[in-house]
Amino acid sequence: MVLQVVAVVASVMFAVGALLAVYRIVVGPSVLDRVIASDVLVATIICALAAEMALNRHTDTLPVLLVLALFAVLGSLSVARFLPARDSA
Amino acid sequence: MSAVLHDVLTAVLVLAGAAMCLAAGIGLVRFPDVLSRLHAATKPQIFGLMAVCADVAINNFSVGTVTLVVAIVAFQALTAPMAAHLVGRAAYATEHLRPDLLIVDELRGRRADR
Repeated sequence: MVLQVVAVVASVMFAVGALLAVYRIVVGPSVLDRVIASDVLVATIICALAAEMALNRHTDTLPVLLVLALFAVLGSLSVARFLPARDSA
Repeated sequence: MSAVLHDVLTAVLVLAGAAMCLAAGIGLVRFPDVLSRLHAATKPQIFGLMAVCADVAINNFSVGTVTLVVAIVAFQALTAPMAAHLVGRAAYATEHLRPDLLIVDELRGRRADR
C-alpha cells in the first residue's frame, strides 16, 4: 500500500523533472543549454526505469540502463567538442 | 531483512532518486547561465542513479544483479563528468556564461583552448 503511494509520487516527480528539461530544450537559449537539458532528460529516463524495476522487484531493464549509461554521453560530447565559436543558435 | 524495513528502504531510495530528477528540472529552468545549469544537471546523473541502482541491487540481491549495477554506476561515473567537463569548457570558450556571477575566474586572460 505504501509502495503504491510512493510509486505515484515518484512518477509525478520524474514526469515534472522531465517536462522541465523538455521546456529547457525547447526554449534554449544556446545549444549548450539544450545539450545539458537533453542529458538531464536521459538521466531522468534512466532513473525512472531503475525506480520501476525497484518497485516491481524485477531486473529486466538493467541491460537498457547499461547501454544508456555507456552511450548517452556521445551526443553531448560531440556537440560540445565541435561547437563552432560564437554560435548563438 | 524484515518486510517493513525492506519496503521503507525501497521507498526512501526511490524518492531520493525522484527528488534528484525533480531538482535537476527545476534547476534547469530557474538557473541563470550554462555553468549553473550544468551544476544542477549533474545531480541525477550520479546521485540519483546511485540511489535507484542501490535500490534495485538490494531488492534482487544476487551476483549477476550486483555486478551489472556496479558496472552501470561505474560507466556513468566515467562518462558523465567527461561530458560535463567538455560542455563547461565549450561554454567558457564560446562565452555562454555571465562573468558577473563568477567568484573566481582562473582562466581570465588565458585563451581557453578547446
